[in-house]
Amino acid sequence: MKRILTLTALMAAALPLIPAAAQAEALFWSTQAKPVEESQAMREQVLAGFAGGVDYQGMDNGPWLTRIQAELQAGNGSIAVLGGLHGDLTGLEDGLMDLSTIDTSGIGEAMLALGALGTDQQLYLPWMQATYLMAANREALQYLPAGADLNALTYDQLIAWAAAVHEATGTPRFGFPAGPQGLRHRFFQGFLLPAYTGSTVTEFRSADAVEAWGVFGDLWAHTTPASTNYSFMQEPLLTGDVWIAFDHVARLADAFNQRPDDFVAFPAPAGPKGRAYMPVLAGLAVMKTAPDAAQSMALVEYMLRPETQIATLRATNFFPVKAVDMPADMPASVQAFAPAIATMTGAADALPALLPMGLGDKGGQFSQIYTDTFEQIILAGRPVQDVLDAQAEVLRALMVEAGAPCWAPDAPSDGPCPVN
Amino acid sequence: MPRALPYLLLLPATLFLGVFFLYPFLNVAWDSITRGGEMTLANYQRMASHWKFSTAFWNTLFLAALVVPIQLAMALTMASIVTRLEKGRSSILYIFAIPLGISDLAAGLIWLAIFEQSGFLNSMLYGLGVIERPILFLSYQNPVVILIAIVLAEVWRATAIMMVILVAGMGLIPKEYGEAAEVFGASRWQRFIRVTLPMLKPSLQTALILRVILAFEVFAVVMALGGTQFPVLMSETYNWQFVMQDRGVAAAYAMVILGISIAFTLVILRLLHVPKEARI
Repeated sequence: MKRILTLTALMAAALPLIPAAAQAEALFWSTQAKPVEESQAMREQVLAGFAGGVDYQGMDNGPWLTRIQAELQAGNGSIAVLGGLHGDLTGLEDGLMDLSTIDTSGIGEAMLALGALGTDQQLYLPWMQATYLMAANREALQYLPAGADLNALTYDQLIAWAAAVHEATGTPRFGFPAGPQGLRHRFFQGFLLPAYTGSTVTEFRSADAVEAWGVFGDLWAHTTPASTNYSFMQEPLLTGDVWIAFDHVARLADAFNQRPDDFVAFPAPAGPKGRAYMPVLAGLAVMKTAPDAAQSMALVEYMLRPETQIATLRATNFFPVKAVDMPADMPASVQAFAPAIATMTGAADALPALLPMGLGDKGGQFSQIYTDTFEQIILAGRPVQDVLDAQAEVLRALMVEAGAPCWAPDAPSDGPCPVN
Repeated sequence: MPRALPYLLLLPATLFLGVFFLYPFLNVAWDSITRGGEMTLANYQRMASHWKFSTAFWNTLFLAALVVPIQLAMALTMASIVTRLEKGRSSILYIFAIPLGISDLAAGLIWLAIFEQSGFLNSMLYGLGVIERPILFLSYQNPVVILIAIVLAEVWRATAIMMVILVAGMGLIPKEYGEAAEVFGASRWQRFIRVTLPMLKPSLQTALILRVILAFEVFAVVMALGGTQFPVLMSETYNWQFVMQDRGVAAAYAMVILGISIAFTLVILRLLHVPKEARI
């Protein structure tokens, strides 16, 4: 009898817990902050303050998109909020809710406009932004060619610098993230090709493009061959194998945070057509199949609060999308990157080259074209013009198949972006 | 009822195979010959026209041609040793079989830890004063080293599965044959070639089919050691499905792997055929 009483008491005590447990955690389905440490930081430092709890899942693009398509096809789902790059979210227009009811004060108009995805609704809200930068070990600075300004380098000066370091130390010490998970394709799409051709797609096989690949070949001569194994440049920078590197800010941050006094960050070099760079914008969206729309909206609103934006910056090294008061104790990487980004984006010859858009699930194939071109020209040493001609055909077929119009810096097109 | 019992007992396994093997297989086959809902060979054309296809195809065959004979020779040696042993037989068998318990990705990572720029091999050579600075072994400039590393990892990882099958097969051969040959003055080598090998044909068949098919499906070890520098059919399949998100072309790759697996299985079945009357 006594036992039954205890049991009943226990059950009565447990009852009030049940409704709380039944209210599911909001599923945050994201292509960003994938590395384990970043996901953990998102959960513990950014999302812990959201009432009801958030299950943050950082996924590769393939599985990320597969589940979204499955939930949209089924007509119901469990994903509360989507997080992805502008390019990830383009193509999902039909499945996303209008978010114009959420307060967006402080976010730049141009950035907000991107969130319409070509419709008249606010299909995603800017979440965080980043870009790619150059980083160098301070030891390398003594070899900088005479007359070169670190904040306004040209590609020729960069090559001369890398060559001087190579000659002085006996090893090539320029580093490039050409590993399987490296962001090499972004360098070609947003930096090298636009700087020489003023275009990412249209001038793919022009004489200017041939020149650009020739320039990269010269740079490659002073690039460490281990580059084909590098995914994150912060690691070889820290070991000292690499002295000058290009990568995404989130993949350079560790080096600056661990040894702030040893590294400098500086803008990407300029070519004849300008200082091309690729801004990276991540957005938050809510699917029409979200289980609890009010909860999803609340989570998006929570992500845009200044204190959450700063927590996100600490967790992911992605910068806020609106002006926030930076605390003085921000990590060394933020203090190093902020002025370099400002110099690059504010340069007189700045040429922003956006991430691919309108490609939907063809984004991977689009990037593969640039990776294939690199592997054939630089690694396999095939004739530049032949490779460009062959890959241009693949690129044209892909643009037609995806029906994607041109994006900056290519001139706007009516139909699919043409490849000359 | 007793007559139906065997079929009833087979039913769960059959259902399982049907649902989780046959149905997905038919789906993949269908995906490979359709594009946008229409029957077409476009997927195969796209696959064959991609510049990495022939490299991946020949790499896969070359790797199998290199790995399987080495493994066969080693497995035969190891199985003979184990069969002869009087003492400690099971201990040796367990030790030989340890790599079997390790997943292929883990095996790839173990060998990566050896060959990496900051890996064990470099540390050892540096510690011994043989080299002045760590050497980059797994670079795109030395495809041969990447190949050797992959072959080593594969041999280390998957020889034991052949050995286990061959040990079982050798246990089935009646001792009398060997003893009779010995009486007639056959040397050890002659007995191995003339008695053991022919009697072992059925086990050899199983072991070879299993190994050859697995060799065509090699993936994790290659990814760990070679990254994108050593394309094989399986890594290209993965690439098309998950990086380029083109299911049709990925399915076409899968069908190519299936095709060569079936072709080689038939060849092995034919070469190592044992007439029914000649079986033990």
